[in-house]
Amino acid sequence: MDLAIEAKGLTKKYANVTAVNNIDFQVKKGEIFGFLGPNGAGKTTTQRILTGVITATSGKASILGYDIGRETFRAKNRIGVVPELANIYIDLSAWSNLMLIGQLYGVSEEDRIKKSTELLRIFNLYERKDEKTKVFSKGMKQKLLLCMALIHNPQLLFLDEPTSGLDVVSSRLIREMIAKFNQEGVTIFLTTHNIQEADELCDRIAVIDHGLIATIDSPENLKKEFQSMQAIEVAFNPPIKSEDDLKKIEYVNKVQKIGDKFKLYTDNPDELIRQLLNFSQKRNLNILSLNTLGPDLEEVFVKITEEHKGWSYGKEKSFSKTV
Amino acid sequence: MEKKNPFLRQFKSTWAITKKDISIYYLKPPVLIYGLIFPGFLFLAFFLGKNMPFSSLLPVVIVLALFFTSSSVGPIITPWETRMHTLERLVSCPISLEFILLGDILAGFLFGVGITLILSVFAIPFLEIGLKNLIILLGTILLSGFCFSCLGILLSAPATDNPSNIMMLSNLVRLPLIFISGIFIPLNKLPALGRLIARLSPLTYTVDILRYSLYEKCDYSPVLSLTALFIFTIVFLFLGMVFHKRNLSKRF
Repeated sequence: MDLAIEAKGLTKKYANVTAVNNIDFQVKKGEIFGFLGPNGAGKTTTQRILTGVITATSGKASILGYDIGRETFRAKNRIGVVPELANIYIDLSAWSNLMLIGQLYGVSEEDRIKKSTELLRIFNLYERKDEKTKVFSKGMKQKLLLCMALIHNPQLLFLDEPTSGLDVVSSRLIREMIAKFNQEGVTIFLTTHNIQEADELCDRIAVIDHGLIATIDSPENLKKEFQSMQAIEVAFNPPIKSEDDLKKIEYVNKVQKIGDKFKLYTDNPDELIRQLLNFSQKRNLNILSLNTLGPDLEEVFVKITEEHKGWSYGKEKSFSKTV
Repeated sequence: MEKKNPFLRQFKSTWAITKKDISIYYLKPPVLIYGLIFPGFLFLAFFLGKNMPFSSLLPVVIVLALFFTSSSVGPIITPWETRMHTLERLVSCPISLEFILLGDILAGFLFGVGITLILSVFAIPFLEIGLKNLIILLGTILLSGFCFSCLGILLSAPATDNPSNIMMLSNLVRLPLIFISGIFIPLNKLPALGRLIARLSPLTYTVDILRYSLYEKCDYSPVLSLTALFIFTIVFLFLGMVFHKRNLSKRF
């Protein structure tokens, strides 16, 4: 199998804290791999190890076939990085930032100028290339960071929260660009806590919590695994005042009131619809609306991370999963 | 890309770092205050009204300018870049931490040597100095500038993102050094213990060899002074690299 990333037993300890605890995973070439987790789960630490910014306490990681610990420069030459916090040089212009990073990646002057012009035009920054970037908005800085990560035509792109805190237009542009670069063959490692973004972009997702990989699968398979989180959304006329009666219906796992509607969680939507029809007939209620809802990734994510609360680090092998 | 000599590429990257540092840090207030204004006032405070000939003050002018300017750029760069999160961007590039630091050292070195040479160009016409001594003077300025710039990098090794903390530490080290190195009080007028302590300061050797190049008077032989400066440079460079490497992961 052609692998872009292979992590084996990766661990990072800081004094008494284990930020990343013996994780294993693989990313295939050409895929968009989402790395999801709540704050402090170990996402950024993992990315920092994989990009050669910090070294792992133990374990091994290969980037495009190169050991990041021993063949650091060969690996770094082939990757582009957008770290979590905006870190362009605000005292330099956009153009100078690009020239600096291009030089550090050994890009020739001719190619630097050509590629910088092309990228700045794609991200609508070309007209402001000579301005000091301290006047740039967060969205513009993030777009420039992406340009800096792409100046040397990397084969693998690490993005840490690339759309965090951005307006809708900038977020959409960056997502479109991520999809476009992936179509052109760039493998993407996307670290995020934006579940919608991961659902929309990723081929596979790893959920990390407390430094441990909780699960790795495609978004759709993850949703399928959580069948009990399917739901029926229903509204009656006249409206029902109490949800207690709904809780008594067979196949209902949980009831949630949303405005004038009720969301009934079930692992058997077909049977529940029949039960709801009986329920409405017996009580002379009209069904105003009825929708079946699949589990969304946000709910799956919450469920996974809730399941792992209370696990001690000694038990990581029980739910650490390798693909 | 990798067909090129990797060392040559690292040096090119180092030069890119130096150019970046020159563009960003030379005009930062801490560099101007602690690198130029502060030593200027220090000089005036000690010599104003002492009615000494300008020629006798020249080694002091040169050494104060060189020491404070060369060692003032390094301490600001790493904490500043830690705070601005640009250090992480640099470290993720294919350049080793050692070459990043070398770029920062070169920036301090060029700042110090540049300012000192400008001062010297204006001052030297007032002196009668032969070519041989001029070469020694230039050699001392270059070696000492590099040595003090390495000291600046060593001082910036603690893992903080607050430049003022490092500037305080830097002054805590630099100020005592100027009083124990025979700058204001000649070495032969210091007590025995003072002379012993003076041997531990690189500034002592810079002042001594500068006095030799200007007046051919010195307490140590020029060869000994140059050797001592070289050893201090290697020690500062080595310790700076080791401590920065050790503290790197604490910066993120």
